[in-house]
Amino acid sequence: MAKEIDRRIIQDLLDNGVDFATTVPCKQLAGLIEVLEETDAIKHVPCNKEDEGMGLCAGAFMGGMKPVILMQNTALGVTLNSLATLIQFYQIPLPMIISYRGEVGEPVACQVEMALHTKALLSQLHIPTYHFHNATQVEELPGILKHCQMCSKPVAVLTDASFWGSAK
Amino acid sequence: MIRYELLELLKPIITDELVVCNIGSPSQELHAIDDQPSNFYMLGTMGLCSSIGLGLAMATDKKVIAIDGDGSVLTNMGTLATIGNNHLDNYILLIVDNGSYGSTGDQPTYTGARTSLAKVAEACGCDNVVECSAADTPEAVKTALAGQKMTIIVSKCDSGNRKCPVITMNPIMIRERFMAEVAR
Repeated sequence: MAKEIDRRIIQDLLDNGVDFATTVPCKQLAGLIEVLEETDAIKHVPCNKEDEGMGLCAGAFMGGMKPVILMQNTALGVTLNSLATLIQFYQIPLPMIISYRGEVGEPVACQVEMALHTKALLSQLHIPTYHFHNATQVEELPGILKHCQMCSKPVAVLTDASFWGSAK
Repeated sequence: MIRYELLELLKPIITDELVVCNIGSPSQELHAIDDQPSNFYMLGTMGLCSSIGLGLAMATDKKVIAIDGDGSVLTNMGTLATIGNNHLDNYILLIVDNGSYGSTGDQPTYTGARTSLAKVAEACGCDNVVECSAADTPEAVKTALAGQKMTIIVSKCDSGNRKCPVITMNPIMIRERFMAEVAR
């Protein structure tokens, strides 16, 4: 069931011209995906794997759209080559709204394993990264989306369990 | 007939359509035969040609042809399900199926053995799948371009490459001149 925070994030995307979204689900992203499905102004194309999604986003961008990808941090590994050789090499602005599994509040031990590598991998790739740990931090999202377009880079927004748990 | 010879035959047929071309030898051969601003050359990123083409076709009304390969589609097989569930009548996926990883030394792929990408595409929900010989491919591409229906062409070619120079054009240049062509 979508919450206020989900509607706010989708509205921020709309306000910043995002009109294409690809997603691989995560429990924490379920509300966002639900709102996306109801939002006609954003073309939503679910993908099967996150690197495939980055290909869709690159194509949509070259066709004049503004893409976003919603994904889980556990998938970061499969996107490294696509980030380096497609999104970064061709300078494609791509906001990545990432469910940051494996942080405090996580019920599944295995999720912690990729959480441990998430920031290190993003840092290694020199991807601007913002960690949303508290619901009030959502206020930064419009600025982050503008920053992403300004610098034509992939930008990661990590949203952890505390963020989603503290949100209405 | 190898890929290079097929691309030569396609030169007069694919004119101002938008082309997204697969990494390695396919892009190098296309670049050598017929460099155009309407060509997007992949300089890296194995597997994503069909996905880039599909995303592009969603954003433009112009005809988009993704020239992909069997090895590349095998890498990103889920793409066929995404394509099969998002029919776009301005999208043509041409899979040059030479049963080998051409750019890395012609090692065999499974499509040269028991795997049929045409059948996979059909099973994934693609309605209009054409499997043909390399010799029949120019006609199949002509028909696809003339029609208003998404088409997946699996072109059975011989394994082999023509030695062409590596593309040294800056990626931003490739993208910007391509995007200018998309917007034209």
